[in-house]
This record gives sequence, structure tokens and C-alpha cells, in this order.
Amino acid sequence: MEINYILNNKKVTSSITPHTMLLNELRSQGCFSVKCGCESTNCGLCTVWLDGTPILSCTMPAARIAGHSITTLEGLQAQALEFTRFMAEEGSDQCGFCNPGFIMNVLAMARELDNPDQNQINHYLAGNLCRCTGYAGHMRAIEKYLAFRSAIQKGGADND
Amino acid sequence: MYTAREYVLPKTLEEAYQLNQKKQNRIIAGNMWLRFSSGSFGQLIDLSDLGLNTIRQTETEFIIGAMVPLRELEKHPELNAYTGNAIRDCVQDIVGTQFRNSATIGGSIWGRFGFSDILTCFLAMDTEVELFPSGRMTLADFTAQKPDNDILVNIILKKTGLKTAYRAFRYTATGFPVISCCVSKGDFWRIAIGARPAKAMLHILPDTAVLSSAEDTALKELLDKTIFGTNSTASADYRRHLAQVMIIRAAASLEV
Ligand SMILES: Cc1cc2nc3c(=O)[nH]c(=O)nc-3n(C[C@H](O)[C@H](O)[C@H](O)COP(=O)(O)OP(=O)(O)OC[C@H]3O[C@@H](n4cnc5c(N)ncnc54)[C@H](O)[C@@H]3O)c2cc1C
Ligand code: FES
Repeated sequence: MEINYILNNKKVTSSITPHTMLLNELRSQGCFSVKCGCESTNCGLCTVWLDGTPILSCTMPAARIAGHSITTLEGLQAQALEFTRFMAEEGSDQCGFCNPGFIMNVLAMARELDNPDQNQINHYLAGNLCRCTGYAGHMRAIEKYLAFRSAIQKGGADND
Repeated sequence: MYTAREYVLPKTLEEAYQLNQKKQNRIIAGNMWLRFSSGSFGQLIDLSDLGLNTIRQTETEFIIGAMVPLRELEKHPELNAYTGNAIRDCVQDIVGTQFRNSATIGGSIWGRFGFSDILTCFLAMDTEVELFPSGRMTLADFTAQKPDNDILVNIILKKTGLKTAYRAFRYTATGFPVISCCVSKGDFWRIAIGARPAKAMLHILPDTAVLSSAEDTALKELLDKTIFGTNSTASADYRRHLAQVMIIRAAASLEV
């Protein structure tokens, strides 16, 4: 079957089977940031956005995304760079395997939650496993990144 | 993973129901559980186009569409105000945010899973399900019945003024519950215990029953009547002990 959808702001037409999962479809489009880490719907590595909402691409039927918009890390390079700068500064980046799904969910959280505290951050990101550098380094990087974003937003508002 | 010959999006419940009468066809909701099926299906019946992804309210009930994702339940202000956040508490530890954006209430209730936080929670409240074409029945009756080829359309939570509290115990933040308990109080107590590890069981007690300590007869009798099992996660005795603690805590939180 054929589907049309938006991938990282570009129109895509693709031929899929009724049981193709979004993860495989995205990899076939060259989005290799999207990886499978668990095969049990548990690890969060395959996170992408469906119409701006974070979902697990490993279990999302590709047929369901017809007419919708998908965003992967490949489509968020500028935002990802902004955040990963803080990760590098906090030394919270080691093998990097879980980074794509983690970054996609951190960026989704920054859009969805207003000034989250540590409990809210932990809860929002609880479905992103691995993180071998340690959760403490990640937390420092996230808090500094959120503070930076909020300073920019406030600055922006003041300038209006 | 399964394979399938066709992916269909029926436009009416009748159409979905007709398709679901064939043994090789499958309804697909969040696909979180279904993905573990192997074998080859005929048609995958996606309910996305039936408008079942909304939470509506009347004066007397909340009508929750079967395709509403768990995360919507978690964030819904009125539903959580009415249930004292029991609904948020029962879904918030299920796997992760991304998972709950896709997993649906319909798939959760239909599955009648032993480990289900959601079934436990809704069972302790005044809940009905609406099926196509069979119509409405209580969630307790639905839970007891074997899965058939009807379509689960809505989950209906009646506004009967119950106070509700949900408690579960997990070894890890996002793991399956070792025990789940939901307690509600109106004209009587409704106490559901799930992850026993078998599916949730409902007990009804008079509102005069005291559930405040391990010594209370009503609580002892209730635990005696509950069948707890042993599996690789926990022993029956341990589950019984956890259930006792969770019920006492949940009941106490309703008294404040
Ligand atoms: C790794 C993992 C961990 C989990 N942990 C928990 C947990 O801790 N607590 C908890 O409560 N739950 C847990 N769950 C269960 C989860 O929350 C969902 O309940 C489950 O995935 C089913 O929902 P779904 O929308 O994905 O349904 P699907 O997987 O799409 O469907 C499940 C079944 O229901 C049928 N079905 C679905 N909708 C309908 C309908 N409207 N009418 C008729 N039939 C229908 C399907 O044909 C299928 O047979 C877990 C699941 C997974 C995979
Ligand atoms: S690969 Fe999708 S959750 Fe692990």
C-alpha cells in the first residue's frame, strides 16, 4: 500500500506493507537516528514525534501515519545542538546509543511542560532507558538547558 | 511480530463489527500489546476514524472513547478532579510518556490483563462499558466474560460522587505492578485488587466497615476471600501483605 506523509517538513510518498512499523519506514527513508533498542516497547530509543507528540516508532503502524507529520532527530538539528551542548558540558554523553530517543523526548518535554521540577522531569523521561553516563549528569544538563531556554524566552518577551 | 494482508480504517462501527467477525482479522488500537502476536492476520481493523478518541461529559457521566490514549486520561483536569487523581495515579507509571501517548484505554480494558492498573482502577469506580452491538453492561460483568467479537466503543464513568484512591507497588518505576489496589467509597466501599497476579477482583463492603489496621476483621476477611498467587515476581504471601498495606493507605487517604 502507498502512504503520503510529511517527514521533517518534506512530503514523502512511500510504499509499505500493512504490518510495516514506523521505525522501519523511517530507516528506509534514511533516518538512521531512529533505532530499535528493545523489541518490547520499553526503552524509548525509537522515539519520534507524531504531529509534535512523542511516540514509540517501533510499535506505530506506518499505515496510521498517512496524512500526518513525523519529526525525527534529523529534522531537529538546531534544537538538538542547543541541548547537546549542555550534555557535553556536563559530561553526560558516553557511548551515545540512547541519545537520539532521549533527546527527542527532552525536546518534547521542553515544549509540553512549563518549568518542570526534578520529579516532573524524571517522570516525563522515565521511559528512556540505558543512559549509561548516569542520570545525575543528564539532570544537570536538562536543568541548565531549560533555564537557558526560559531566559531566552523571557529576553524575547522583554524585547517585544 | 505478526504479518497482515490488509490495513483497513472502517468509517462506521457496523463496518468495523462486520470485519471483526472473521477469525483471521484483528482490531488494532495502540498496538502495544498486539505487536507481540505472531502469525498472519487477514485485515488489521484500525478504529482511528470512528471518532473514539474523545472524552465527553454529561451531567451524570464521563464518556471515554475506546481509542483515548492513556496520557489523555492522565492529563484530563475534570476526570482527575472527579476521581481525586486516581486515574492519573493508575496510568502514570505505565512504561513512559511516549508509550502512554499511543496505548489506549480500549485496548487496556479489552485485554482484561491481570497486571492492569487501569482495569483495577475503573473496577473500583462506577463504570460501564458500551459495546457494539451489545450495548451497555457493567465493567465487572464485562471483566468476567470471555472476549468475543464485539467492538468496545466507550468506557463510561458514572458521576455518583464516589471518593476514590489508587495505590500500586512496583519494584522499578516503570515495571509491571506487583500488586494494585483501588478503593472507593460512596454508599458502600468498593475495593478492587489486581496483579494478584490474576486479573482484578472486586469486593463490596458496607460503608460502616473499618479498614484502618491489619487487625480489623473486615480487612482480614476481605484478604481471606482474595485469591493471591505466586509467580516469578512475588509470592502469594508477599502480595497479600502488600495488598493489606495499600488498602489501609488508600482507605485512610479518603478519610481526610
Ligand atoms: C511493555 C509493556 C508494559 C506494560 N505495562 C503495563 C502496566 O504496568 N500496567 C498496565 O496497566 N498496563 C501495562 N501494559 C498494557 C498497556 O497499558 C495496554 O493496556 C496494552 O498495551 C493494550 O493497549 P493497546 O491500546 O496497545 O491495545 P492493542 O495492543 O492494540 O490491543 C490489545 C487487544 O485488544 C483488542 N482491542 C483493542 N481495542 C479494542 C476495541 N475497542 N474493541 C475490541 N477489541 C479491542 C485488540 O484486538 C487486541 O487483541 C503494558 C504493555 C506493554 C507492552
Ligand atoms: S525500540 Fe521502541 S521502545 Fe525500545
